[in-house]
Amino acid sequence: MKGKPLTILLIEDNEDHAEIVRRSFSTHQVSNKIHYACDGEVALDYLLRRKEYSNPDKSPRPDVILLDLRLPKIDGLQVLEEIKKDEALSLIPVIVLTSSEEKADVLEAYHRHANSYVVKPLEFTKFTNLMRDMGHYWLGWNVTPLARQCGVKRI
Amino acid sequence: MILLVEDNEDHAEIVKRSFRAHKTAHRIHHVTDGETALDYVLQRGEYSDPEKSPRPDLILLDLRLPKVDGLEVLKEIKQSEDLRGIPVVILTSSQAGNDVRMACDYHANSYIVKPLEFSKFTDLMRDLRAYWLGWNVNPLTLDLPGSKE
Repeated sequence: MKGKPLTILLIEDNEDHAEIVRRSFSTHQVSNKIHYACDGEVALDYLLRRKEYSNPDKSPRPDVILLDLRLPKIDGLQVLEEIKKDEALSLIPVIVLTSSEEKADVLEAYHRHANSYVVKPLEFTKFTNLMRDMGHYWLGWNVTPLARQCGVKRI
Repeated sequence: MILLVEDNEDHAEIVKRSFRAHKTAHRIHHVTDGETALDYVLQRGEYSDPEKSPRPDLILLDLRLPKVDGLEVLKEIKQSEDLRGIPVVILTSSQAGNDVRMACDYHANSYIVKPLEFSKFTDLMRDLRAYWLGWNVNPLTLDLPGSKE
């Protein structure tokens, strides 16, 4: 994959899917760091630097966020809304990565300014192809105001 | 269909050649200023017939444009309930931090700096096409990809 090592925040409650994302990035030998949150509340605590994540050194801003929609505690669309309302966080690309093919979810995600909406493939090979293309694009080509130089850490 | 908003004819030709090189089935409609771009997406003026101005699946938008600036075009698109779901990829020579920031503030889906070399430009077009036309779900078409690539 192209691009400098970057930090990815993966917000996903399904451990199997999270593992596939991690393995896919490993397969493509990407040296980016992946932080992983398994519910919406922890994800927002991390991003908003609340509670145990109040130290910025321990909660570096991600360069890209992969966000599932069906999350425990706080739903993915709510997490998206909070991110896009925050002046600093709104600059981070949020890619909705979900099993949902519901039109309402797609429309609502874009209404809340998701940068992209992708449906998780069912097959592992296709999933790794998606991660490859996603990495090439978002970590290789896309420019963000927060992009900086900057390996999977569970938060 | 891809709407390319680019006033530099050389750059526009590179984009078109790059897509032709990958034999994409997507048609490219090229406009050279911001006002015409807005006429197109808002289906007004010469583009008032929806059949002649179908909603684009993707907009590639330069920033420095005649008549109406790219950021203003972006703002109009993203403020519109009907249009905000169209992915808008800023494709520009500008690496100015302020431009990147403003584009994000106006909810550009993505910001890309044009490579200087043609081969890199074609690599970019390949990756851009694979992602936005292959994987991304467009709410206006609700095309569910993943099987296209």
